Amino acid sequence: MKTEALAGKRRETSTVLFLLPTLIVMVGVGIVPLMTVVNYSLHILFSGTLPHFNGLQNYYQALRDPAFMNAIGKQFLFTALILVIQMPLGVALGMALPEKGAWVGVALVLLGIPLLIPWNVVGIIWRIFTRPDIGVVTKVLAKIGIMYNVAKLPSHAWWTTVIMDTWHWTPLIILLTFAGLRAIPPEFYLAARVDSASRWAVFRYVTLPKLKHVLVIAVLLRVMDSFRIYDEVFILTAGGPGSTTLFMSHYTTRQVVGGFDMGYGSAISVIYFLIIQVMCYLLYTAMMKVGQKQ
Amino acid sequence: MKKKYIALIIYFIFLLIPIYWMLNTSFKTNAEINQILTFFPAKFTTGNYIEIFTDPQWQRSFLQTFAYVIINVVITMLVSIPAAYIFSRRNFKAKPHLFFWLLTNRMAPGAAFLVPFLVLFSNLGLMDTLFAVALAHCLFNVPLAIWILEGFISGIPRQIDETAFVDGYGFFRFFFKIFLPLIAPGLSVSAFFAFTFSWVELLMSRTLTSSGVKPITVTLTRSLGAAGWDWGVIAAAGVLTMIPGAVVVFLVRKHMVKGFALGRV
Amino acid sequence: MARIELKDITHIYEQGKKQTCALQGLSLTFENGVAGALLGPSGCGKTTLLNILSGLVRPTSGRVLFDGRDVTDLSTEGRNIAQLFQFPVVYDSMNVYGNLAFPLRNRKVARAEVDARVREVAELLGLGEVLSKKPRELGPGDRQLVALGRGIVRQDTAVILLDEPMTQIDLHQRWVLRRELSKVQSKLGVTMIYVTHDQYEALTFAEQVVVMRDGQVIQVGGPEELYDNPRSPFIGYFVGTPGMNLWDCTIRGGKLVFQDFNLELSGTGIAQPAEEGAQLQFGIRPEFVPCSPTPKSGWIPAKVALVENMGEYRILTLRAGGTAIKCRAPADSPFAEDQDAWAGLLAEAGKVRIYRDNKLVS
Repeated sequence: MKTEALAGKRRETSTVLFLLPTLIVMVGVGIVPLMTVVNYSLHILFSGTLPHFNGLQNYYQALRDPAFMNAIGKQFLFTALILVIQMPLGVALGMALPEKGAWVGVALVLLGIPLLIPWNVVGIIWRIFTRPDIGVVTKVLAKIGIMYNVAKLPSHAWWTTVIMDTWHWTPLIILLTFAGLRAIPPEFYLAARVDSASRWAVFRYVTLPKLKHVLVIAVLLRVMDSFRIYDEVFILTAGGPGSTTLFMSHYTTRQVVGGFDMGYGSAISVIYFLIIQVMCYLLYTAMMKVGQKQ
Repeated sequence: MKKKYIALIIYFIFLLIPIYWMLNTSFKTNAEINQILTFFPAKFTTGNYIEIFTDPQWQRSFLQTFAYVIINVVITMLVSIPAAYIFSRRNFKAKPHLFFWLLTNRMAPGAAFLVPFLVLFSNLGLMDTLFAVALAHCLFNVPLAIWILEGFISGIPRQIDETAFVDGYGFFRFFFKIFLPLIAPGLSVSAFFAFTFSWVELLMSRTLTSSGVKPITVTLTRSLGAAGWDWGVIAAAGVLTMIPGAVVVFLVRKHMVKGFALGRV
Repeated sequence: MARIELKDITHIYEQGKKQTCALQGLSLTFENGVAGALLGPSGCGKTTLLNILSGLVRPTSGRVLFDGRDVTDLSTEGRNIAQLFQFPVVYDSMNVYGNLAFPLRNRKVARAEVDARVREVAELLGLGEVLSKKPRELGPGDRQLVALGRGIVRQDTAVILLDEPMTQIDLHQRWVLRRELSKVQSKLGVTMIYVTHDQYEALTFAEQVVVMRDGQVIQVGGPEELYDNPRSPFIGYFVGTPGMNLWDCTIRGGKLVFQDFNLELSGTGIAQPAEEGAQLQFGIRPEFVPCSPTPKSGWIPAKVALVENMGEYRILTLRAGGTAIKCRAPADSPFAEDQDAWAGLLAEAGKVRIYRDNKLVS
């Protein structure tokens, strides 16, 4: 009896000990700053003056700010668009990759490259590529009669941003899909063939269910990261033309760094953070419900 | 040729074109870049690269970035491995809530945390140091690493822990000699993601540094001179920033395939 | 339900520069509706053979015939086989009903007929109650039954292949599953081929057991035949719990000379099995070697080295010098370790089997 109690105690201590480093770090860089932001958001904070408690006024103001709403709207549209494009594309390409062989190693290395480029370099690459004056894309498209201008035309700016993000992140989905496929035992495919399943039936009843976990991760990562996208877009379009590509991160940074009222900027930050969390939570629950969590 | 191979080839061409373009630009003179359009440098020059290699600023920047990225990966792994072990092996009431809270940190928008981080690190006297950036990046890397590692560790049956104890192994010996090698693919995958993210992150690394530490991402944007962007040098620097990443992927490629397949990632 | 014939199958694996011959000129026939088994240790080629039957692997040379029809060049889909694997292969996203209906729906069978067939099969396999459940709610044994159900729901299945289906089933469940398999086999008269390395499973399930080793068929026969007349020492040893006692001996002047003892050749009841000096192997099953605590004429003196309790009987391992003799004794027999005992090797002379160069001589 005593040894059991001792073992239990020892277990408790070791549990806490093991978690302690993580908790220290995360409280330090997670909770403390968050508390600071929330604190600021409840005040009016002009630099040089004393903070003035403002309750939830900042929040009400934010929700009525048309520029903010515009940024939110653009953000949702952007994220929805890239999900719709990148998920099927990534999965299809991941399935197209050969399982084994020399080419696989090469392919994986190539796929890793866009993911390992600093995000502003991604912006730089695409900027060089698509400059209205001497960008190769502009010149090539001009030859076939399209007057491409990423700086002046809103739809061009928008779609270039979408394509740039696709170029940047599809490899992640391909890699995740590739990995997920390797975990499917080949017997399932044999059984499906024996059952006279069509290729679509195999995909729907074998591949897709077994890829589910991987796909959930992919979707969540893409949602989280696309909601926070900043550098590439900023370098490519600076949010323009006008505010066509001004996403939530840009708006928030502008308010926080360049705005006058830190309190207001903090309120925006908090709303921003909450939106991401709610989105992820909803998506996670929805995706897990499809086919029931194991 | 099979349809899917054609699709793959088209995709990889799409993937490589911008990279090729950057390579192309990096070997041109600024004059050529700004005036004419060529698919291959008319006047091939290594001037841009020379400028970078001889500029102590660039060298310093590369080294510093490498330094804080490594520091971050080390801290992240040291902190995440025990935590992931506990999440996988033990059950306690707060577990699901703790886990979810950790994940929400991964979702934090950098913009929201900018000012608090500035305040925090200034107060700690860590502003403009390698550690500031390394720690700031932990906000995102630690939750992801724990998430990934927990999946891998859960894939190892508990019996292994128990039999090791029965065999008389002390806990630390068990951990280092038996356990870690078993989750090696998981470690590679987590370290890979941590390295990747820290290497490419701009906002935090720029905000928390000024003259002391120059992340490579910042030095790249610095090249906005009065005469406009120094495209040749920027392109060359961009190419150079891709290299460590490519090397890392190449080194861990076998591990990653195995790791991806085994674990939850 | 079909008659399966394998004609002169040879299969060679190439891995880089290395060539391994998995099967050598193998010919076999399984009659329509037989319960068959491929028995052998790992690496004997039974899995390769199974893959050749299913169409997953094309043999380097030789033909495969289903009901006289050459299917060697036919893909898996065209052969109408069904297969159970080492772990239950079921579609997790569909419930049991959906799983069973899957093969029929893929062939565009009418709804009413699908329903009738599914219910019929579910009834047969005792899955009637769980049709609306998802496979993950069932145990592995039931999931294998669902996989079996998918195999028999189509009425034109030529053969059902079972690849060590008990691997993930716990011991108690195996008994249940084995019974279901046999029931289905005899009731539907469907040709089933059970691949395993477990001789107990093979012998309790099959009427026709094919014992393989190193890519060749060593013996084909029913369980009794394999038990009574194993054609090679390997089979004698492999089959039975425990396997046959086997010792090397030579003939010298009317005696069988073993390492640690001699036996009268006349006692075996076998007239000259070979010439003087020939190297032979003497085999007798432990259940035919009685053991006595008191000396008996012609019995071999030994010491009890190990007593294993198997429930209804005991297995005694005796040591005579350097030779181990296994006997089977009743559960209440009075033997203890280190005791002296005498083994009656020729007590049931009719069960003695003599081998020369791995072939049965007597």
